[in-house]
Amino acid sequence: MAQPSPKPKPSPETAVFEPWNDPEAKPLIEFRNVTKRFGEFTAIDDLSLRIYEREFFALLGPSGCGKTTMMRMLAGFEAPTEGHILLGGQAIDTVPPNKRAVNMMFQSYALFPHLTVFDNIAFGLRRESRDDEKIEARVEEMLRLTRLSKFASRKPHQISGGQRQRVALARSLAKAPKLLLLDEPLGALDKKLREETQFELMDIQEKTGTTFVIVTHDQEEAMTVASRVAVMDEGRIVQVATPEVIYEAPNSVYVADFIGDVNLIRGTAKARGEGTAPAANEAPQEEAPGTTAPPASAPAPATGRHDPQPNAMGRWLHDRLLSPVIGPRRDQPKALPAPEAAAELPPPAPAPESATDIPEGGIEIHWSEGAAPIVASSGDPALDGQQVVLSLRPEKVSIAKEKPQAHNALPGRVIDIAYLGNISTYHVELPDGTMIKAQMANTRRIARRDITWEDEVWVSFTATAGVVLTE
Amino acid sequence: MRRFSWFNATSLTLGFAFLYLPMIILVIYSFNRSQLVTVWAGFSTRWYGELLTNQEFLDAAWVTLKVAVFSSTLATVLGTMAAYAIVRMGRFPGRTLFSGMIYAPLVMPEVITGLSLLLLFIGIGLDRGVLTIVLAHTTFSMCYVSVVVSSRLANFDRALEEAALDLGCSPFDAFRLVTLPIIAPAVISGWLLAFTLSLDDLVIASFTTGPSATTLPIKIFSSIRLGVSPEINALSTVLIGIVTVGVITASLISKRAAVQAERETRAGERTTG
Ligand SMILES: Nc1ncnc2c1ncn2[C@@H]1O[C@H](COP(=O)(O)OP(=O)(O)O)[C@@H](O)[C@H]1O
Ligand SMILES: [Mg+2]
Repeated sequence: MAQPSPKPKPSPETAVFEPWNDPEAKPLIEFRNVTKRFGEFTAIDDLSLRIYEREFFALLGPSGCGKTTMMRMLAGFEAPTEGHILLGGQAIDTVPPNKRAVNMMFQSYALFPHLTVFDNIAFGLRRESRDDEKIEARVEEMLRLTRLSKFASRKPHQISGGQRQRVALARSLAKAPKLLLLDEPLGALDKKLREETQFELMDIQEKTGTTFVIVTHDQEEAMTVASRVAVMDEGRIVQVATPEVIYEAPNSVYVADFIGDVNLIRGTAKARGEGTAPAANEAPQEEAPGTTAPPASAPAPATGRHDPQPNAMGRWLHDRLLSPVIGPRRDQPKALPAPEAAAELPPPAPAPESATDIPEGGIEIHWSEGAAPIVASSGDPALDGQQVVLSLRPEKVSIAKEKPQAHNALPGRVIDIAYLGNISTYHVELPDGTMIKAQMANTRRIARRDITWEDEVWVSFTATAGVVLTE
Repeated sequence: MRRFSWFNATSLTLGFAFLYLPMIILVIYSFNRSQLVTVWAGFSTRWYGELLTNQEFLDAAWVTLKVAVFSSTLATVLGTMAAYAIVRMGRFPGRTLFSGMIYAPLVMPEVITGLSLLLLFIGIGLDRGVLTIVLAHTTFSMCYVSVVVSSRLANFDRALEEAALDLGCSPFDAFRLVTLPIIAPAVISGWLLAFTLSLDDLVIASFTTGPSATTLPIKIFSSIRLGVSPEINALSTVLIGIVTVGVITASLISKRAAVQAERETRAGERTTG
């Protein structure tokens, strides 16, 4: 059984680009106890951070948490009230913006409206060189890199938003800065263009070997592009780690909640004795005595129950718009496919671990009066007696009509189903009112097709699926 | 669509007649063949010809032109600097007072401005002549320039200057290469405004001039005390023409600049697409 600690990250391209784990590595940028106040207001609060060469570093946080302020301090438009910022080992607190080997792509692009695309890109180069040929060659190179060659002689108001954004990028890259700052560069692009541009950015970063610091409030974007992500909250950094670690092993409820969808189950921790398994799971097929107060109607086959029916609008929508796509409307839900039919389908999820597989150690979380405690083998037994939060990603929660053989299985009722193309999210209400989201890939959905609104179901997850956090 | 209404049409006609009838009459009589101003004797451009041979008028015109060019240029430099300082400095103690003080001369009675300048020039022992008029005109027209320029600067995207600094410009280069070209239309229309203000000023010029420097408005004013001559009508018509062209150009430039600025703001900012 795998250790509950974060998995060693497999990175396909550069096997070991992890300077942050190397105590010898010199950071390119270092924030040393930086505080920034605007009058009485503290925008950045005693923040320390190291960013290494060739990193694609993302600052992630809600609006107003101080991301832009960090960028402006790096670019030289704001000076820290306390502390120091080092670039390549040298304090740059007193270096004005025009003398820093740092370029910034502005949140508003800030293209010069009176200059052509070419002149915009050449602007920085012309400040330090008079060699027109060299400048021209460099600009052409940038135009090619950002696929703007055709628009070189246009003014910014004569090109589209996506092109403008690329001009801004080309302009900030032209001087080959040691460090490129990108302040929410893709925020206003539509989803498709944004995703394309993200990959373009990663590509450019790899080609040029520049260190990128990107600001974003979009966690998906940060997870996609970054080598490391810093999650910020009110001027402080809550966690700095690779996207995988941030996602799989958040260090706080704040981070878990901010990154992606998550189930948070609050309860009291109790250290587990060696090898004890909760009573609830010893007899998986029966209702264990003294555990869950059985729900009013025990999970039963769907037959004979009231299934939610579409209303008139739903029927109309289906018949007019959807039937060509998903076939005719059924007034009755389809019955479970015969076992033979199911056998032809892709193999089901690996057989649920039997109760006896539960790794030893960890904690139990008593989360609801009268309900079986949740086993979390990743929990630190030292938390015994404390209030804890179990953070559980929806994709680690399974849903079934029959009580499965699993480390943790909780009964509940389906409140809502969100169909998201390749996956569906089931919102299940537990007897005490807690909502649990379970996410399932739709490739196997035929097997679960009968699960519908108001059904009594079981949600289950392994003892290692959740991360135990304290608030 | 609004319907045509006799009431509105009448109001409009009356209003414009009130504004422009006197000037129209002046322009018409400047083409009068007769020596007598109020008797129409047929069309002629004779008085314009005579104007060109009148050395006194030509001298006055030359003085006026010099004063207008120098004072409006000086006023544009100072006014733009003042506007830039006020808009850019952000909050500092007394900012409201300062910006208020820049605009005060707009509403100050000209007689008082003229008188105080006269006292100043006498006080520091400056000989009155072209120089003193230039200084006086600069004083009052620079606040017009700063009004025009600061309203443009107020919606100028500061990030553009920061981008220039970021790309290696010194603050002065950032102003010269980015800010100035973008606000240029406002600066030019400020200059034209200052130029026309200087051209037609009588009161302040009379206070601050000396015997060596007579501007056209002063010349006109002193000659009509001897009676209105058709020549004066012709001269005034020329002045009206110059001022009209100046004002129309200034407003066209600022209107075009406003359209341009809006388009560019939209372009400078990111948009979906
Ligand atoms: N020049 C400033 N004066 C006063 N407060 C500021 C200034 N710049 C930023 N702030 C404040 O600092 C906080 C952080 O701002 P910012 O760094 O822009 O946030 P973010 O980019 O993360 O949305 C905000 O609450 C903002 O109001
Ligand atoms: Mg911001």
